Amino acid sequence: MKQVISRLASMVIVLIGVIALIFIMLRIVPGDPVTILLGEHYSQETIDRLTQAMNLDKPMIEQFFYYITHAMRGDLGVSYTMKRPVTELILQAFPYTLRLALMGVAFAWTIGLISGIISAITQNKATDRLFMTFSLAGVSLPIFMSALLLQYLFAFRWKLLPLTSSGSLVSMILPAIALGWNSAGTIARISRSSLLDVMQADYIDTARAKGLSKRAVILRHALKNSMLPVITMMALQFSSMMSGAVITESIFSIPGIGRLATQAIQNRDMPLLQGTVLFTTVLVILGNLVADLLYSVLDPRIRKAV
Amino acid sequence: MTVDNNQHLAEIGEMNGPKEKLIRMCRQNPLALISAVVILLMILLAILAPVIAPYGEAQQDLAERLQPPSAAHLFGTDELGRDVFTRILYGSRISLVIGIIPSAISLAVGILMGLSAGYFGSWVDYLIMRLADVMLSFPSLLLSMVIMFTLGRYANSVLCIFIALSMVGWASVARVVRSHTLSLKEEEYVEAAHSIGVSSPTILVRHILPNCVPSLIVLYTLNVPSCILSESTLSFLGIGVQPPMASWGLMINQSKQFLFTKPWLALAPSITIMIVVLAFNFLGDGLRDVLDPYLQRG
Amino acid sequence: MNSEKILEIRDLHTSFFTDKGVVRAVNGVDLEIGPGQIVGLVGESGCGKSMTARSVMGLVRFPGKIESGSIRLNGKELTGLTEKELRSLCGDEVSMIFQEPMTSLNPVLRVGRQVQEAVLVHNQSISRKDARKQVIDMFERVGIPEPEQRYNCYPHELSGGLRQRVMIAMAMICRPRLLIADEPTTALDVTIETQILNLMQQLCRETQMSVLIITHNLGIVAEICDYVYVMYAGRIVEHAPVFELFDHPAHPYTRGLMASIPQIGRNPEYLHTIPGVVPNLLHLGEGCAFAGRCDCAVDRCSRELPEMVHVREDHASRCFIISDAEFS
Repeated sequence: MKQVISRLASMVIVLIGVIALIFIMLRIVPGDPVTILLGEHYSQETIDRLTQAMNLDKPMIEQFFYYITHAMRGDLGVSYTMKRPVTELILQAFPYTLRLALMGVAFAWTIGLISGIISAITQNKATDRLFMTFSLAGVSLPIFMSALLLQYLFAFRWKLLPLTSSGSLVSMILPAIALGWNSAGTIARISRSSLLDVMQADYIDTARAKGLSKRAVILRHALKNSMLPVITMMALQFSSMMSGAVITESIFSIPGIGRLATQAIQNRDMPLLQGTVLFTTVLVILGNLVADLLYSVLDPRIRKAV
Repeated sequence: MTVDNNQHLAEIGEMNGPKEKLIRMCRQNPLALISAVVILLMILLAILAPVIAPYGEAQQDLAERLQPPSAAHLFGTDELGRDVFTRILYGSRISLVIGIIPSAISLAVGILMGLSAGYFGSWVDYLIMRLADVMLSFPSLLLSMVIMFTLGRYANSVLCIFIALSMVGWASVARVVRSHTLSLKEEEYVEAAHSIGVSSPTILVRHILPNCVPSLIVLYTLNVPSCILSESTLSFLGIGVQPPMASWGLMINQSKQFLFTKPWLALAPSITIMIVVLAFNFLGDGLRDVLDPYLQRG
Repeated sequence: MNSEKILEIRDLHTSFFTDKGVVRAVNGVDLEIGPGQIVGLVGESGCGKSMTARSVMGLVRFPGKIESGSIRLNGKELTGLTEKELRSLCGDEVSMIFQEPMTSLNPVLRVGRQVQEAVLVHNQSISRKDARKQVIDMFERVGIPEPEQRYNCYPHELSGGLRQRVMIAMAMICRPRLLIADEPTTALDVTIETQILNLMQQLCRETQMSVLIITHNLGIVAEICDYVYVMYAGRIVEHAPVFELFDHPAHPYTRGLMASIPQIGRNPEYLHTIPGVVPNLLHLGEGCAFAGRCDCAVDRCSRELPEMVHVREDHASRCFIISDAEFS
């Protein structure tokens, strides 16, 4: 129980840190947001009124407090350029990003785990080298390049799948592969080395000594243990998945959160950028929590601790 | 680990100096050796770019726009008639520097933070590690984007990328150094050094840091390609290196509109990125196998 | 004669093929165990005693390999069996207990299930429920209190001694003819050690099972073994019934081992140590591997490998100078 509380406390502290950091970083931005909002042909009076309405004349700490209390109620301000509440824009975009991310994760995990396990079992044989070379290539290929490559081959050359995504399942296939490819490589490499590591453990000898076949040893004893570091890695993957979503959405014109963030930067739309970054970061933090819980389900040693 | 096997391997002197380890890596893993050669070659090309490049960095020839690869233009020309090969050579200067320097900065910051956190413990540790958690919670690309957004007007875009990538990178280094420090702190020889009155900074630098070096070399080698990738991604999104400078990501960004009609434009910088990043990853992998088998693969 | 023996190892060679060269961990070992006998295999760490046991169980890991020799279990040749055939014997006719009860049990599975697995794999017809019953009975026999509750525990919830009892239960559950115990008590407290040894001795008497106990602790040997093999640098250097060995150690190495046991009442200043270190198995010379550390070594020792010579009917030693042995 004590650990649960300290875990949650850490999470809240990290969350506040995240908000503070975004807040500070965006406040030192040059260029008056009011001017951006209004253009340049307004009287000083209008500008002053708006500055007041947006609390921009208050001290920064007060602005921060105002932002946090409002953010907790789900109010992330109004987008300068789209003139709509940021929360609304984000909730509208989120289903696309969620679908993309889920499909990407599914792709990454299936391909990554299968090739990692096959590699480990056939260690140092041709299949192992083949899979590992592919994984390393996957890790070395930036998402935007794999996305362009997939677009070029599957959409342009062979005309099998749509070039851009409307949000339908079929049109999400290419973006999901582009997004998941990278993680698949990482997962394959980690699950391979973790499985090989676990196969060295003493309890594997015990299992073999009691007469279990190689297959049973791997399936019943090694796999579950070897998943532990993979789960840890999964937590880190959440964050890179969200990064990847930004690029993928931009290339496949998916109206998701990443696209919103890119637009916010291009239009210097501070509340929107602040909101999207905050939202994705919260997603990552929650994702890490889920990974922690999953870890504790798999590992009885820390089950009580979380 | 099986006790007996390892005992045997240890007894026959399998654990030995760094030089032997490197030699062993080269023998067992020729790919790592080739990668090292490729990296050195790329660095040499980047340094010698003005000498080797057949054209000027920004030399335009509008009559020769969008030419496919030929003898005059090895990789073709872009939409302003600039030689793609020349642009890649000059681009390698920016891309490599962006790979090498921010990694070094984040390494230095990470070491400092990790050592202090692990060694001093209590609130120092808590503070630093929560800060690292904050940094690691941000999707790195979004964090870089925010930093570029904020600093983009103050400073030169390359400098901004330096800052952005250093801020993103230090946290994971700090975590590794901290966990090393924590486990080393318990070692008898550190306690012994303490008991005879060796000062904390000396212990950190003399006893603990050297033990982290193998992991740090590996981390650094693997951080370089991820910085190169981040730069190219930022530039690809149009918020990284700004024209008329050349960087590989920027070249891909500019060739995006011709992707389906003139694919070679995107192909040349893409392949260059892949080769360099692969080379660093292969090298890092090889180094890890001989230097630090317990560092997790990523 | 062969058929009477439970385990019979002849000229076993197990080597590791590393990039530095071939390490001959087990270099021509001969060893026999009769029915119901408790046999000790003694030596310093790294002398190849664990590898001898692992060779029997087919647990030698890459880059190690059984090069030649014969291992017979109940007269049945084990070398050359397929992995599948060997696995069907392991845990059933021969089973093994390992040194580290902390790491030898799978941390993410309940201990009862891990033992039950041994029943299920060798007896396809038994129901899970009956298997569970068997496990709980066995837990009770090996002295695990509250066996029903312990069945559902994870390894980390048990003490080291209990874990080793679970390991013993796992090893005994299919009533093997031979139990190999690799340093079964090294990781345990001295009081627990005695309990575990007594348990093994008692189970051995009850079931007429043979035991091969691997240890570096001559105290354990004296306590429970009937017969002892002393191993040095991959070779057996001496074997004898336990009292015979303690009364008349023939090989200088064995004598060195005996002398290094601290004894109450003797002046601790004169505690004997064997000078030098275990030789590098990678660079073994022609002669006796112990020659470099031996007080009584003569020229011949470093050139020629001594043969196993019988001192008495049941006692043999691999040394040129055994004639002096009895008077030391």
